[in-house]
Amino acid sequence: MTMTSVEFTVRLEAAIGASYVQTDPFSRAAYAVDEIIPSAVAKPSSPEQIAEVVRFATLEKLALIPSGNRTKIAIGMPPARYDIALDMTALNQIAHYDPGDLTLSVDAGTPLAKLNATLLDHNQFLPLLVPWYSLSTIGGTIASGLHSPLQQFYGTPRDFLIGAEFIDGTGSLCKSGGRVVKNVTGYDLHKLLIGSLGSLAVITRLSFRTFPAPIAGSRGFVASFPNAEGALGLRRAIAESSLTPLTHDIVSPELAQIFATRTPNTPEAAAFANLDRRTAQTSLPPIGNWFHPREWQLCAAFAGTPEVLDRYARELTLLAERFRATSTTILDDTTRPAVWGRLRESLSMLLEASPATVILKIAALPSQHPALLASLCQIADHAAVPYALVARAGGTLYFALLPALANDETTTVLAHCAGQIFHSVSTAAGQILANRGHATILFAPLTLKQRISVWGVPRRDLPEMRRLKAAFDPQNILAPGRFAGEI
Amino acid sequence: MLLNSHYSAFGIHTRGHTMNSGLVQELGKLLGEASVLHKPEDLLLYEYDGSVEKARPNVVVFPTTTEEVSRIVKLAAKFNAPIVGRGAGTGLSGGALARTGGVMLVFARMNRILEIDTENQRAIVQPGVVNYELTRAAEPHGLYFAPDPSSWKSCTIGGNVAENAGGPHTLAYGVTTSHVTALELVLPDGEIVRVGSKHGEAPGYDLTGLFVGSEGTLALVTEITVKLSRKPEAVKTLLAIFDSVDDAAESVVEITARAITPAACEMLDGWTLRVVEDYIHAGFPVDSAAVLLIEVEGLTEAVAAQAAVVTEVCNTHSAREVRVARDSIERELLWKGRKNAFGALGRLAPSNYVLDGVIPRSKLPQTLGRIQQIGTQFGFQIGNIFHAGDGNLHPIVLYDPRDAAQFERAMQASTEIIRYCLEVGGALTGEHGVGMEKSELMPLTFSDVDFDLMRRVHDAFNPDCALNPGKIFPLNKGCGEIRIRKQSGAATAHL
Repeated sequence: MTMTSVEFTVRLEAAIGASYVQTDPFSRAAYAVDEIIPSAVAKPSSPEQIAEVVRFATLEKLALIPSGNRTKIAIGMPPARYDIALDMTALNQIAHYDPGDLTLSVDAGTPLAKLNATLLDHNQFLPLLVPWYSLSTIGGTIASGLHSPLQQFYGTPRDFLIGAEFIDGTGSLCKSGGRVVKNVTGYDLHKLLIGSLGSLAVITRLSFRTFPAPIAGSRGFVASFPNAEGALGLRRAIAESSLTPLTHDIVSPELAQIFATRTPNTPEAAAFANLDRRTAQTSLPPIGNWFHPREWQLCAAFAGTPEVLDRYARELTLLAERFRATSTTILDDTTRPAVWGRLRESLSMLLEASPATVILKIAALPSQHPALLASLCQIADHAAVPYALVARAGGTLYFALLPALANDETTTVLAHCAGQIFHSVSTAAGQILANRGHATILFAPLTLKQRISVWGVPRRDLPEMRRLKAAFDPQNILAPGRFAGEI
Repeated sequence: MLLNSHYSAFGIHTRGHTMNSGLVQELGKLLGEASVLHKPEDLLLYEYDGSVEKARPNVVVFPTTTEEVSRIVKLAAKFNAPIVGRGAGTGLSGGALARTGGVMLVFARMNRILEIDTENQRAIVQPGVVNYELTRAAEPHGLYFAPDPSSWKSCTIGGNVAENAGGPHTLAYGVTTSHVTALELVLPDGEIVRVGSKHGEAPGYDLTGLFVGSEGTLALVTEITVKLSRKPEAVKTLLAIFDSVDDAAESVVEITARAITPAACEMLDGWTLRVVEDYIHAGFPVDSAAVLLIEVEGLTEAVAAQAAVVTEVCNTHSAREVRVARDSIERELLWKGRKNAFGALGRLAPSNYVLDGVIPRSKLPQTLGRIQQIGTQFGFQIGNIFHAGDGNLHPIVLYDPRDAAQFERAMQASTEIIRYCLEVGGALTGEHGVGMEKSELMPLTFSDVDFDLMRRVHDAFNPDCALNPGKIFPLNKGCGEIRIRKQSGAATAHL
């Protein structure tokens, strides 16, 4: 610690109370972001205290990064500056829950699992089955912008986040939206917080519409194919049918292999109501032999009355046969969690699968997927880097490069691959086109981040994003440098 | 709220005739005489929308391309004239009125559907495309555009985007913002920008989500990429008939609590449904106290199960009868009764004021009771016809605008109702927007620091208040009226 930082930590302790500030090296190290260790950790217990910290940072020109349990803190570029870690986990109460209205307001530091446990008492839930589920806070989940396999049916937080309270970069406690499911009062500022990585404001409270949990009688379906075409064909046929499954994901043979041979390190917390969530369950059961590791799989989930379940089982199986599936399986309450737990944890399992995993998030229209998949596999094959992918319904695709070793040579190869992928996703015949997709790196070793921007090909609307950043955080103290365009 | 808007256009009036005719002349040169209206008799049509407000623009233009919009905006800036975008003018909060005069851009001639991409379920449209026309064009592919405001046969998608419009079927499918993935915009300095992506999940801040519902105060929308939804296999429309409003309201609460999300759940109270029935003959029982119009959609098997639960819930709450529409003709007749209700009410009084407030659905019964009390207190019959399923109320106050005292009382009663919505945890507006109707009520919801941030966001895109001044922000916290545009030359204060 430098002299200046020692001085500011003393003043910070004076401002919010010494018991809310940690400065010992061991505590601070736990809050490192891309190996940058903050000079102090503040763990406020109220929005007013957070506002105090932000105002302090504004006055002292210090940079701060808010965080929950830091499971997804590695997303984004290394921060340009990082003085204070703002630990939000002391704000962890459910502020308001009206089961009859299906609305909920909750403090940002509330664990997702605790939140869903409360909702499940009323047979409701929040459709956010994100990786590191049992460890994640709701604030971190929203700020990281990670989606869940359920987005196919329930949409993304953009569709069910109905309001927020937050501290802007001037230290003011602001709000937008409200606690009702339909509301057009004022600007939808809360939508901007989704995926903002703490760069616009410190989220203190979030309001959601909740959903009836797909309780009794939800089922899973897995179809295996010798190639990607079969799985993509089935996906398109489902999209054009009357069926509306809760999820459908395409899993590559390499990811299927990881699912079949590994168990996620993240402790398990039952996400669906049909499991007895009071019995402590610490890890997922192994996957059954109906999951074919060397094949492409399409995994779907569906819910409803017995008649509806029959209809899904019948039609999905028929459609899969039309696309020459090598096998199809219907999963019930006993077999389904093994697959859906892994689908949810795909990203955490991929990170565990290699010492230098790179995970790209690629948004591309479903019609572009066949060519895109071919091109991605070609790029990785050409570089002789193992890979795996999961393609969510609606077009979001996670592509992981899984090198066997972490060294300089690997970094060079990864940088080359990532550059090629950025380019091939965003451009056609050398032109950046509006209807093409966009690729960013979600997770990568720091050595790679030091070589290329994880945000990929610069977007055309970066100037507008910079205007927003300046409006929210005029002094650039909130998570500077992590966001797209060096925001 | 509801300041009588006769002060409108005062800004530009004070600037004198010369500047005005110079602008008209240059606009004529740019667009051709036929695309520019400036005679008072031509402007009359554009001084009102679906709200109770009035404000006249100085000149109305009809651009046909994004480039034209950009040039018009630059020209208006040169003459220091405010700019207001307008679709079909069906809005209910004065969003498309030129509160301080200036140039109104009407998007009626930018009405082409540019692309329908069936595989990816997307359409790209110009802002002047009528909502219903998009659904009609998508229907042969088994697709449709989900937001369906009552005015869907005349309102434009550009207007839907500006106001983040709702409609009966947004209960299950979400309001406009959930269906927009990308926008092409013209900023007040004439710059053309694109935000979002056709896919919808572009990395970075959700700029699309910010611009949708910003009521034309941040940018003009010149192209819209929307999601198309797949038409459900089966639809069942139920009409539940009640002898008490409370029973109908309790049924809605329980349907929500029983985890049924109908595609639509509308309520008409007895007084309203009698007026509607008299005009439309939709088959509403005239001796009942309230009806619920409930629609369930999806797989045939799921629809049957949901209809059974809905029927059971309504019967538990003493429904006199639950009818199921036998065919599409019966179904369309019921919906005609709902969607044309406001027209029917127009036969009873010279004017009606349709309110828009939201409450938590669990507070429905008590709120309907309170609205009744307020009506009695102020001496009005207040009808209720609304989106019960999402707690979005539309109380209707009938009044005679020629009677100034009555108008004043009607506005007081309306404010009381909106205040009550907020008291029970609701919101100022669910789908009509703030516009000029509710700008003065905004401090009931937002604090000074909230306004500060909103102002900074506003100024990030519209720093000189050239776009749609006098909307959303209360006048004393806004800019159109109290600020002087920065340009010198014709720098006449808006005061």
